[in-house]
Amino acid sequence: MASVHSDATSANPTATPADEPALALKILVAGGFGVGKTTLVGAVSEIRPLRTEEQLTEASRGVDDLGGVEQKTTTTVAMDFGRITIRDGLSLYLFGTPGQDRFWFLWDELAHGALGAVVLADTRRLQDCFPSVDYFERRGIPFVVAVNCFTGARTHAVERIGRALDLEAETPVILCDARERDSGKKVLIALVEHASRLHAARMLA
Amino acid sequence: MEPNWFDEEAGPMVRLYALTRGRTRPASEAFDLIAMVVADTPYGPESPYGEELGLSPESASILNLCRYQPQSVAEIAAELDLPVGVVRVLLGDLLDAGLIRVSRPVPPAMLPDERILREVINGLRAL
Repeated sequence: MASVHSDATSANPTATPADEPALALKILVAGGFGVGKTTLVGAVSEIRPLRTEEQLTEASRGVDDLGGVEQKTTTTVAMDFGRITIRDGLSLYLFGTPGQDRFWFLWDELAHGALGAVVLADTRRLQDCFPSVDYFERRGIPFVVAVNCFTGARTHAVERIGRALDLEAETPVILCDARERDSGKKVLIALVEHASRLHAARMLA
Repeated sequence: MEPNWFDEEAGPMVRLYALTRGRTRPASEAFDLIAMVVADTPYGPESPYGEELGLSPESASILNLCRYQPQSVAEIAAELDLPVGVVRVLLGDLLDAGLIRVSRPVPPAMLPDERILREVINGLRAL
C-alpha cells in the first residue's frame, strides 16, 4: 500500500524516492587558513562535517603558514562540508573552501551555482581573506564577511573592517563566533537575506 | 637498490583510478557536488545490487547509498571515502547504464527563487 505520509518516507523502503526532485543549495565558507571554516561548518551542520578527499591531501605539508594560529595542526586541503535540512526535499550544503590560495582552481567548481559565500576573517590576519573577497566580487557571487572573534583577539569596529577590505558598501560585515551555532546561524541568515536582496535588485535592473 | 619512484601515498591513488579503468573524467557529464543522486533500478528492495548487474563493489555501494534517499555527490564521496573525481566517473557509468537518476542543482541564473530563499531564512531561524 502506498504511503502518503511524507514524514514516513525516509524510513519506508517501499516509498519511491525523488518523485519530486530534491533541491539542494550550496553555500561556500571561505577565508584564510586556520580562520575557523570547518569550525563554522561544524557548528551549524546537522551532520558531523564530512570531508571529501581529492588527491591533494598532504601535498601542503610543511608549507602552511601557521603564524598566529599555532593551535591548528591539520590543514584543510580538501573540502569539508556539512548539511542543514530546511525541509524534506530542501537542503543547504555548506562547503569549506581549501585554505590555501594555491588551490584556487578548486574554487570554480565549488563556486559554480553557489547561492552565496561566507568569507571568514581573522582581524589578526585580515589580509588572508583578500583573495576570497576578490574572487567572489569578480564573479558576482553574493557574500558576507564574518569576522571570527577569537578569544583574545581585538574586536574591531565593523565599519573599519569593511573599509580595510575595501568592500562594496552593501556587503554585510558581521562579527561572529564560529564555534557558536546561534552565531553561525545569524551569519547564514544574513547571507541568504543579502543574496535575496541582490537577486531582487538584479531582477529589476 | 633502486629507489621507489612512488611513496605510500601513491598506492591507494593508483588503486582508485584502477577502479575507473584509468579514467579521470566521467563519460557523459560532470556532476556538481550537490547534484542529488537516487538509485533507479528495476530491482526490488530485497535484491542485492551489484551481483546480478556485474557491478564493482564501489558502484554497488553507491546504488545502496542512494536507494531510498537522494544523496549529494559530495556525501557519496565522503561516505565511500573515495575522491570526488573517482565517484564522478563511477556515477557517469551508472547514469549511462540507466541505474541512477540525477537532479541537477538549479542553474545559478534562476537560482534564488524568492519563495525558496524566504523558506531557507525561516528554516534557519527555526533551527
